[in-house]
Amino acid sequence: MIKRTHFKPSILPYLLVAPQVLITLVFFIWPASQAVYQSMLVEDPFGLKTEFVWFENFVQLFGDDIYFNSFLRTIVFSSLVAALSLSIALILAAMADHVVRGTTVYRTLLIWPYAVAPAVAGALWMFLFDPTLGIVSYMLHGIGYDWNYRLNGNQAMALIVLAASWKQISYNFLFFLAGMQAIPRSLIEAAAIDGAGPARRFWTIIFPLISPTTFFLLVMNIVYAFFDTFGIVHAVTKGGPAKATEILVYKVYNDGFIGLDLGGSAAQSVILMVIVIGLTVIQFRYIERKVEY
Amino acid sequence: MATVVTGIQAGNSWAVTEIQWWHAMGGVNGERVNKIASDFNATQNEYKVVPVYKGNYTETMTAAIAAFRAHKQPHIVQVFEVGTATMMAARGAVYPVEQMMRDAGEKFDKSGFLPAVISYYQTPEGELLSMPFNSSTPVLWYNKDAFKKAGIAEPPRTWPEMETASQKLLDAGYKCGFSFGWQSWVMVENFSAWHNLPMGTRENGFAGLDTEFTFNNKHVKRVMADVGRWQQSRIFQYGGRRGDSLPMFTNGECGMWLNSSAYYGGIKKQAKFEFGQAMLPYYPDIIDSPQNSIIGGATLWVLKGHPKGDYKGVAKFMSYLSSPDVQAWWHQETGYVPITTAAYELSRKQGFYEKNPGTDTAIKQLSLNTPTPNSRGLRFGNYVQVRDIINEEMEAIWNGTKTASQAMDDAVARGNKLLRKFEKANR
Repeated sequence: MIKRTHFKPSILPYLLVAPQVLITLVFFIWPASQAVYQSMLVEDPFGLKTEFVWFENFVQLFGDDIYFNSFLRTIVFSSLVAALSLSIALILAAMADHVVRGTTVYRTLLIWPYAVAPAVAGALWMFLFDPTLGIVSYMLHGIGYDWNYRLNGNQAMALIVLAASWKQISYNFLFFLAGMQAIPRSLIEAAAIDGAGPARRFWTIIFPLISPTTFFLLVMNIVYAFFDTFGIVHAVTKGGPAKATEILVYKVYNDGFIGLDLGGSAAQSVILMVIVIGLTVIQFRYIERKVEY
Repeated sequence: MATVVTGIQAGNSWAVTEIQWWHAMGGVNGERVNKIASDFNATQNEYKVVPVYKGNYTETMTAAIAAFRAHKQPHIVQVFEVGTATMMAARGAVYPVEQMMRDAGEKFDKSGFLPAVISYYQTPEGELLSMPFNSSTPVLWYNKDAFKKAGIAEPPRTWPEMETASQKLLDAGYKCGFSFGWQSWVMVENFSAWHNLPMGTRENGFAGLDTEFTFNNKHVKRVMADVGRWQQSRIFQYGGRRGDSLPMFTNGECGMWLNSSAYYGGIKKQAKFEFGQAMLPYYPDIIDSPQNSIIGGATLWVLKGHPKGDYKGVAKFMSYLSSPDVQAWWHQETGYVPITTAAYELSRKQGFYEKNPGTDTAIKQLSLNTPTPNSRGLRFGNYVQVRDIINEEMEAIWNGTKTASQAMDDAVARGNKLLRKFEKANR
């Protein structure tokens, strides 16, 4: 027989969740609905004349090659950033895991970049690689490489991928290291006694055991590359040359704040919002189940 | 005692009306703007002009628009020339300068301004909408020491001469012949005016919103193709959209630089060589002699929504700002064009052009001929964005991903889309 507990109807539970509901309404639902509303408007910049045009802004976006290209570019950019920052962080973490002496120094140095603001990181990379002023470009010119990211779109893309990954490595490193240190030493020692070398121990024991961490980081890295790299793009390339580095978030800014096309920009941000919701649903519903905890 | 004194001071400052002036003049020019404001404040004690630096031109304009939407707008905002159509269309937000001067009972003589400057900012009916402040025009900057070393006697006057001179510079061991900045402004907008070619229909947008771009003509395509070819042979070196390529000129990599006359102050400070200004080059087979160049830079727009009394102070400040003394000083310090004939005359009387030969190149270029509908200026909607499009397409030519013809056709097609959008939003 199933036991059921009955509670008398009470206002208390509603009161307890009320603050959370209120915060969600004020800080998410309301601004999001504003964005949706604005995405259906054609407005002059000052907001003096407004026309409601239903989905015209979206129709224009979907018929626009430039928007489509920006989409592809964002996918390339975020996969490169995620792949690069995850793999380098994994190597660094595996190495730091073995360090016996001076651990804190290494760790502090590796975590440092995370404390740097994206715009500052961007400025730093821009100054290093500036075609006329930068020290790295001076060296590249010295070995005969024609470095000019103001003109060469692939170089510009490589530069922002590097800059964005560099900032994210620290974050990934921290989680990987924590994950590795949580693995019981006895497991690894047993494998060693059985004759497994370091590489084999890593791939058959350590890596599978930190897969939840890896999954979590993958999600975080894609979200980071999609939304948090604005400062880097803005400081280094401003989306140029010839839109070669204009990823979706930067396009929202460029069309909305520079171009003053508020309706079109709002439509783009609504699409971004849908992407985030979609990504979250897919990942947590289908991929997460395949991850061993 | 101390508290009493500060109390009195605080009491005094309440009586003063503050006038907010948002501007985009960073660095040395920012200090000069501050000096103009504080000098004005010292002349009277009723008003206090407060200059606020708001970032570059784009940032300043968008900040003012955002502020207007939040009802926190400044009294005066500096807007660059490509924002003119956007500001013009915002009839409910902008207080036309001429009308403001009239309402405030301030004496104002429009005829004293340079025609090339003032015609940019007038309605079709001839009403002046904003106060000219810092206008400039692109010129050819050249390195006299490099010219001597390469054996170039005269600064080039035509594009074929540019090519020859650049080749001589390369032969003399220089890394590149020439570079330029603000490329859409210099190489498309001014190139068109200089050769008396239209940028678009309807008198470059002055005659109505139903305008279309036409700058994908064979002449513009030709100069683009030439520069694209020169990028490959190092005669030309691209170095960024705005002033980013300035170091290439000042550290002696490139012997020539096409950009605003307003870089005078910066070049004077940084260049360790003798330099000069000459007029822009032209193609002698397109036009026998050049038409006139068009301005860039910015004007001061007055925004509505403040107490009536404030505008008396704004008007007073505008009068002060355009007075010959202030304008001549500003012109000589910065390289911006003197916006009134009186300021030009004063500079001449002071012997500025004799002491600094070539500094009147800009003003000569602007007043070379009576402006035609093609060389009066531009007034296209969404032009801030269109300029970015032109910049992008030009970059695609320089890095070889598109032909000059393809890139200009694409720029026109993309630009026209934005014109239609603007027309729709401002109908």
